[in-house]
Amino acid sequence: MTADSTGPDTRSEITSGRPRRRRLVDYAERYGLVIAWLMVIALFGAILPTTFLSWANFSTIFGSQAVLVVVALGLIIPLTANDFDVSIANVLTLSSMIVGVLNVNFDLPIGLSILAALTAGVLVGLINGFFVTVMRIHSLIVTLGVGTFIHGLTLWMSDSATISGISMGLVKYVMIARLFGIPLAFYYAMILCAVLFYIFEHTAVGRRVLFVGRNREVAKLSGIRTERVRIGCLVASSFLGALAGVMYAGTTGAADPVSGLSYLLPGFAAAFLGATSITPGRFNPWGAAVAVYFLVTGITGLTMLGFRTFVHELFYGGALVIAVTLSQLVSGREERF
Amino acid sequence: MPSSDPPAEPTRPLLEIDGLSKSFGGERALDRVSLTVARGEVHGLLGRNGSGKSTLIKVLAGYHAPEHGGRLVIDGRPVPLPIPPGGLRQYGVAFVHQNLGLIPSLTVVENLYLTELAARNRWRLSYRRLSRRARALFASYGLAIDPETEVRRLSPVQRALLAIVRAVGELRRTTRATHKGLLVLDEPTPFLPRSDVEHLFALIRSITATGASVTFVSHDIDEVTKITDRATILRDAKVVATVPTAETSAERFVELIVGRKLSAVRPVAREVPQRDADIRIEDLSGGTLEGVSVALRRTEIVGLTGLIGSGFDELPYLLFGAPPARSGRLHLGDSRFYLDRLDPPQAIDAGIVLIPGDRLNAGAVGSLTVTDNVTIPVLSTVYRPWLLSRRAMTGRTGRLCRDFDIRPNNPGLRFDSLSGGNQQKALVAKWLQADPRLILLDEPTQGVDIGARRTVLDAISQMAGRGAAVLCASSDFDQLASICTQVLIFSHGRVQSELVGDEVRKETIAEHCYGSTGGGFNPVSMGAAT
Repeated sequence: MTADSTGPDTRSEITSGRPRRRRLVDYAERYGLVIAWLMVIALFGAILPTTFLSWANFSTIFGSQAVLVVVALGLIIPLTANDFDVSIANVLTLSSMIVGVLNVNFDLPIGLSILAALTAGVLVGLINGFFVTVMRIHSLIVTLGVGTFIHGLTLWMSDSATISGISMGLVKYVMIARLFGIPLAFYYAMILCAVLFYIFEHTAVGRRVLFVGRNREVAKLSGIRTERVRIGCLVASSFLGALAGVMYAGTTGAADPVSGLSYLLPGFAAAFLGATSITPGRFNPWGAAVAVYFLVTGITGLTMLGFRTFVHELFYGGALVIAVTLSQLVSGREERF
Repeated sequence: MPSSDPPAEPTRPLLEIDGLSKSFGGERALDRVSLTVARGEVHGLLGRNGSGKSTLIKVLAGYHAPEHGGRLVIDGRPVPLPIPPGGLRQYGVAFVHQNLGLIPSLTVVENLYLTELAARNRWRLSYRRLSRRARALFASYGLAIDPETEVRRLSPVQRALLAIVRAVGELRRTTRATHKGLLVLDEPTPFLPRSDVEHLFALIRSITATGASVTFVSHDIDEVTKITDRATILRDAKVVATVPTAETSAERFVELIVGRKLSAVRPVAREVPQRDADIRIEDLSGGTLEGVSVALRRTEIVGLTGLIGSGFDELPYLLFGAPPARSGRLHLGDSRFYLDRLDPPQAIDAGIVLIPGDRLNAGAVGSLTVTDNVTIPVLSTVYRPWLLSRRAMTGRTGRLCRDFDIRPNNPGLRFDSLSGGNQQKALVAKWLQADPRLILLDEPTQGVDIGARRTVLDAISQMAGRGAAVLCASSDFDQLASICTQVLIFSHGRVQSELVGDEVRKETIAEHCYGSTGGGFNPVSMGAAT
């Protein structure tokens, strides 16, 4: 069916080349974030050649921040459909707490605990989707409320305490086992990036999500079931939030009811910053991943230089506003792929 | 009375317009227009779309600057031209435009005293006092409107009444002692149910009873006959005549508006939908439409038209399930659909396509490429939905661009970088590639240049030739006459008349549109009189 061969006469018309200058600007924009990241590495490497530029440091960054990559990937799905999911960090803590409670307090096998956590994520997504589409309430409000509600559940089931002693089986497959010196968590995040990239770019589902996000009326009149698409996106983001929660539990070997919440803002910062590169003007998985590592590298460097934790807030908060400003500027211009 | 005012002359007209002209890019919109409005009279302003009546109102409201040479005198005082926006307020002229200028989420009181509340610098507002004032005001006009409800809960006619009462209030505040003011009503009736128009007229009569004048802009002859004392008719940017309403027959009005002697129009019987028709729409109700039935055959192009507010432009959307109708059935070949349950995906599966009139808000996403927009409805039918090939999609779009003469032929361009005409051609390509059985069009050549217009109309005729049925909603009579085999004329939500064969001509369509507004005037008696 795809044997849609392009006639020679049309091809020459279509691929009339762009001027070289434009192409250069194009590349600079696409890979600007990657270049900025390399520059940050070079800068801190020059100041702290021994501690910062060590493989150990980078393998820690890559491994431990894989959770944030998954959160950012979860966020870009509803963002592409023009919906916000601010409950994702609450789903993350809920999911890691379910793993902790079931595995440690109830002695359930780790596999079953993980399954329960992921199922909970899907359920939260369906609840979000119901209120957003059937009740027609803005996604920001729905997910804010549902997220807070879930946080209450998490505190209740954990008695507001950290549960440690989660099965080493999980910890092993997330943080301890390494490939080329980098924990497996990083590769999970990269596989997810590739899958999402494929879905967004090469499936009808991905195209539909994009249309729903750009203009719901056009999408509806093009025969897309917009409500179904939006519910699907919210379920997908909650599912990825739950997956991030499982990985988080595996990263630390424990579940604590609060610390996971701090992933929300960096996740949004990375999602928006990522939308300025790779495929500028669109939320895209590779851009989001690069953005996560750009932000984390900067923060790690500053922390090593002796700045204390307030630098996180300065960096992430500033990055979010600057990223949104940049993506606003980019989206006003031509689409490319 | 301020000393600067010239002595009032009760016999002198309140408003005198003399030789007003305006052009847009070489096109005459107003050509030396002159008219007068007397004190206490209701003066009608009649004409087709594009006759110049809205341009005239916009000049008076201060949106357009007229050309040199015109004069405007109000109550004996010459008004310097051009008028700044809202500048006529201080001369005692108030406007109610078709959109009414109300804020739906605010209450009646808040809307009523909006300008006052915004302008006055007071810390404490007594809503109780304002409410009481509003209640008294409504009571004085015999209106039953609760000042504390939100405007969005009012019926359409209540909203129109509120806007008019508000404008009259403005007149009261600004009017000088020498005259009672002039209220300009710019087509307030098209979206009102017929029975409610009477309420509006009662209000207009009580306003003129106080000595104020009203200018009533309309294209509904029936209404003009009922409410006005005199009427000025505009055609092709010129004043054709100003006539006393009581002495003018409805036929004469149609003649003045349309611009030619009326031929004897044969009475046109509404045919019962034929049994052998390929596509039958039965008893469709939704939006303003009530019980509409249409039958058409494959290869037929049926035009839908009527005056603004008649509902003809809602039919394509209701048949596509966007939004679903209240009730009705659609027979398409052997399949039957209930129109209250139809949604766009089902419609598309059944071979129905809709090309909306609003290209960038309903037709396509401007920020995505031509390829993205053109391929979206066929993603799962033409390609493997889990393995889309960018190359194949671009290639297909390139070929469609060539077939439909879309320029430049570059599928990678952003959709909104195309000109209006090429955008429309791309939308036609988007929908006609799937070989539809029923094509629904809404204003297919609006804002489209002549070349593109040809391409679009040719493509539609070609699809009809290959076996599709076409329903085309349009207010462009020329276009309807050139492509349609049959034209349905709507009035107040119903099909009023049906033109076929030789009758499908620009002039006949216009006659029926303006002549078929129901009430005390119909084409049958008109035929008898000629």
